[in-house]
Amino acid sequence: MTKLNARIPEGPMAEKWNNYKAGQKLVNPANKRKLDIIVVGTGLAGASAAASLGELGFNVKAFCYQDSPRRAHSIAAQGGINAAKNYPNDGDSVYRLYYDTIKGGDYRSREANVYRLAEVSGNIIDQCVAQGVPFARDYGGLLDNRSFGGAQVSRTFYARGQTGQQLLLGAYSAMMRQVNAGTVKLYPRTEMLDIVLVEGKARGIITRNLVTGNIERHFGHAVVIATGGYGRAFYLSTKAMGSNGSAAWQAYKRGALFANPSFVQIHPTCIPVHGDYQSKLTLMSESLRNDGRIWVPRKKEDAEALRNGRVKPKDIANEDRDYYLERRYPAFGNLVPRDVASRAAKERCDAGYGVGSGLAVYLDFEESIGRLGKKVIEERYGNLFQMYEKIVDENPYETPMMIYPAIHYCMGGLWVDYELMTTIPGLFSIGECNFSDHGANRLGASALMQGLADGYFILPYTIQNYLAAEIMTPRMPVDGREFLETEGQIRERLNRLMQIKGKQSVDRMHRKFGLLLWEMVGMARNSEGLNKAIKEFSSLREEFWTDIRITGGIDEMNPELEKASRVADFIETGELMARDALQREESCGGHFREEFQTPEGEASRNDNDFMFVAAWEYTGTGKEPVLHREPLNYENIKVQTRNYKI
Amino acid sequence: MDFTLKIWRQQNAAAKGRFETHKVAGISPDCSFLEMLDILNQQLIDKFEKPVCFDHDCREGICGACSLYINGRPHGPDSAVTACQLHMRKFKDGDTIVVEPWRARPFPVIKDLVVDRSGFDKIMAAGGYISVNTGGVPDANTIPVPRAHAETAMDAAACIGCGACVAACKNASAMLFVAAKVSQFAMLPQGKVETRERVLKMVAKMDELGFGNCTNTGACEAECPKQISISHIARLNREYLSAKIL
Ligand SMILES: Cc1cc2nc3c(=O)[nH]c(=O)nc-3n(C[C@H](O)[C@H](O)[C@H](O)COP(=O)(O)OP(=O)(O)OC[C@H]3O[C@@H](n4cnc5c(N)ncnc54)[C@H](O)[C@@H]3O)c2cc1C
Ligand code: SF4
Ligand code: FES
Repeated sequence: MTKLNARIPEGPMAEKWNNYKAGQKLVNPANKRKLDIIVVGTGLAGASAAASLGELGFNVKAFCYQDSPRRAHSIAAQGGINAAKNYPNDGDSVYRLYYDTIKGGDYRSREANVYRLAEVSGNIIDQCVAQGVPFARDYGGLLDNRSFGGAQVSRTFYARGQTGQQLLLGAYSAMMRQVNAGTVKLYPRTEMLDIVLVEGKARGIITRNLVTGNIERHFGHAVVIATGGYGRAFYLSTKAMGSNGSAAWQAYKRGALFANPSFVQIHPTCIPVHGDYQSKLTLMSESLRNDGRIWVPRKKEDAEALRNGRVKPKDIANEDRDYYLERRYPAFGNLVPRDVASRAAKERCDAGYGVGSGLAVYLDFEESIGRLGKKVIEERYGNLFQMYEKIVDENPYETPMMIYPAIHYCMGGLWVDYELMTTIPGLFSIGECNFSDHGANRLGASALMQGLADGYFILPYTIQNYLAAEIMTPRMPVDGREFLETEGQIRERLNRLMQIKGKQSVDRMHRKFGLLLWEMVGMARNSEGLNKAIKEFSSLREEFWTDIRITGGIDEMNPELEKASRVADFIETGELMARDALQREESCGGHFREEFQTPEGEASRNDNDFMFVAAWEYTGTGKEPVLHREPLNYENIKVQTRNYKI
Repeated sequence: MDFTLKIWRQQNAAAKGRFETHKVAGISPDCSFLEMLDILNQQLIDKFEKPVCFDHDCREGICGACSLYINGRPHGPDSAVTACQLHMRKFKDGDTIVVEPWRARPFPVIKDLVVDRSGFDKIMAAGGYISVNTGGVPDANTIPVPRAHAETAMDAAACIGCGACVAACKNASAMLFVAAKVSQFAMLPQGKVETRERVLKMVAKMDELGFGNCTNTGACEAECPKQISISHIARLNREYLSAKIL
């Protein structure tokens, strides 16, 4: 299977990246000016890549759908960013960060990529500080670290509860400096709708101007997709309203393989759903689990009384509370990884012990307020408590928060090799929309690290190895056959959508689909549900293409048309997610198959048969995709079963 | 809860706008303002009409996209929140609510409630950064930064670029936005080096784009969802003056 060559450099793990850099081809400064690079997406990954490539002297075109690149959803990350700096002197190292990431990913990520990620992690912090990112500091003026997501070392750097915002503004500033220097040209309010291939190589994109509706063609010697994850397929998620998987999906349909689509992360601490008008779910940072205790009532009748509002949480005596994480996982308690904490909450609620609407558990700070005082808790989590109170209208200092798991992150994404290139030559993918580093479960504070590692320190090298062979390729006029043909297909698709004039609005259809996806391809999966999902999603696709209603026109600002195009892709993505989940007859990380669990209800992984990356090849709408396997080898780490009990 | 909405509709930048009146009924008090607009838009689509366009994305108060002028106030009646974090429980059942776009010359209306805030990006491109390239920077702990300075820098850096300050200001000044960036960098040793050029370039760009002068009314601070303090404007002024003198 020549298609899946990950092109991992030779040599011992710790030397691979250095060896690669020593041997790779570079583009000389005079030639860089002659090369155009398209970067789709201006989140942490896209903005850092655009800035760095611009500084090197390439001509960069950067696209985003928001009115400003500063609004990419990376802005919403709260908790922090990991780096193996070992500033606290508590035993951290590149190896330990690599080890934790591989283990946290349940041994389904690619070893060499993860090692490189850990290796460059320290440079990210240096870079951000030099840019003026106001990380938290201790009284001596040095950088402060906290432990996050159950890590045994403190390696998480943070800027209050707004780490993503500050990192993104750093990358955005660096990019705007290149805009000023003329090396980066910005295209905000512009959505990529397709990729143009010329003789098998990525050579450009087709976009729609979201203000005028104009369809435009853009050439690039290489195209970088940095468009984030597809989690909003589920309708309700912690993603932004416009977050979408369409760019990656179009890449898939043009021949790029899509890896591990069923690996999505469900975050345990989100504000529960409270109404059917609801448009999104809000994350409460995982750091809250450092001091909050999670519980539900021990007795069903208490749970019912709480749901009806007949009693209040404080009426439930301590011995009648079930601190189920502490009970099931004495060693890690409330700090078990996200996948484990999420499933445990679902298990209790499904068994009838849920509070609130029935789909919620308590996150209680009474004990820590008693131990540390209200002031300390306020210092640590004040902004989160305020945010909770604004949304829920309850004071978490006095009554426990209610939380429930929600879709949060996509580990799956476009398959890329060690150079972050997809199976289409010249098409690269960075940040959340590729698949490589997080396996079946991502550890907290590691997505920000990966996005910036890809954009600042990896892609600017690896893309040159490709472009070095392109220096003789002149800029192509965008009225070539391939450009016109692709544009024609896009126009036809948009016109078709507009002409359906059916009965259901896009949101209604999306909500219906999202609910089905959550039920059948969400936190717990089984073969019956997955088979059903594949069938239902395929008929939902037909329903969508015959019954969607889009008002307004095609040549004007039209959010309904934008949403429709994205939802059409989500439904197809959902089908692939179900196929991938069905194929993977094991439970690992965020992927839990009910048929594959231990008698105690823990995930049961099958390394003999499933220690591989599942990479899917598109064969046509409604046709079965072809599965390619990239075997995973762990040379520097002993493969173990994750155990959070002892 | 039931509401009467008087909403600004405008087909495009060139068109003349007008208010349209719509009713929404049975709204939950826990519904956010934007979710209430979703419900209105659903009604419009059901009637084959065009939904109301408004900017929004994160819906958790951090991206700065949402930009609604509600009952004469940027982001509406609640304090320290964006429109997406405003909940209908802050209104009374039966209220009439007036919804407009930001009204400021440098922010022309694009459609309905959507305005063009690209001026902010242009100001940032003029000098809103520290001039370092990727790589080759010193170790992050080489220069200690007094904690209090880092905290003040973070206070300023919390700006989400929403433009409420401009919309609140009778002069349509972008001073709070610019001051927040200048102040963040001026508080940090890494940013101090370029403070003079930065402040001159950013202020010049702001003037060039037609944002007005600051006359210290304080309206910006009062409406800023991130409670950015006008003390940052004082710092900008100090830096600006010393840059002009030297
Ligand atoms: C609420 C929340 C909290 C989080 N907290 C943390 C945390 O504490 N630590 C951590 O490590 N990770 C966290 N994460 C995860 C992390 O924030 C994301 O994985 C990461 O920021 C993704 O960055 P990105 O650059 O890949 O994509 P994004 O930031 O999502 O950017 C996507 C970009 O692509 C553009 N785009 C998308 N589609 C198109 C298209 N078709 N055409 C043109 N442009 C397009 C968008 O405009 C945008 O610019 C959090 C995530 C969420 C949702
Ligand atoms: S200063 Fe405040 S009001 Fe002005 S753009 Fe920033 S966050 Fe918005
Ligand atoms: S939608 Fe992001 S701040 Fe309101």
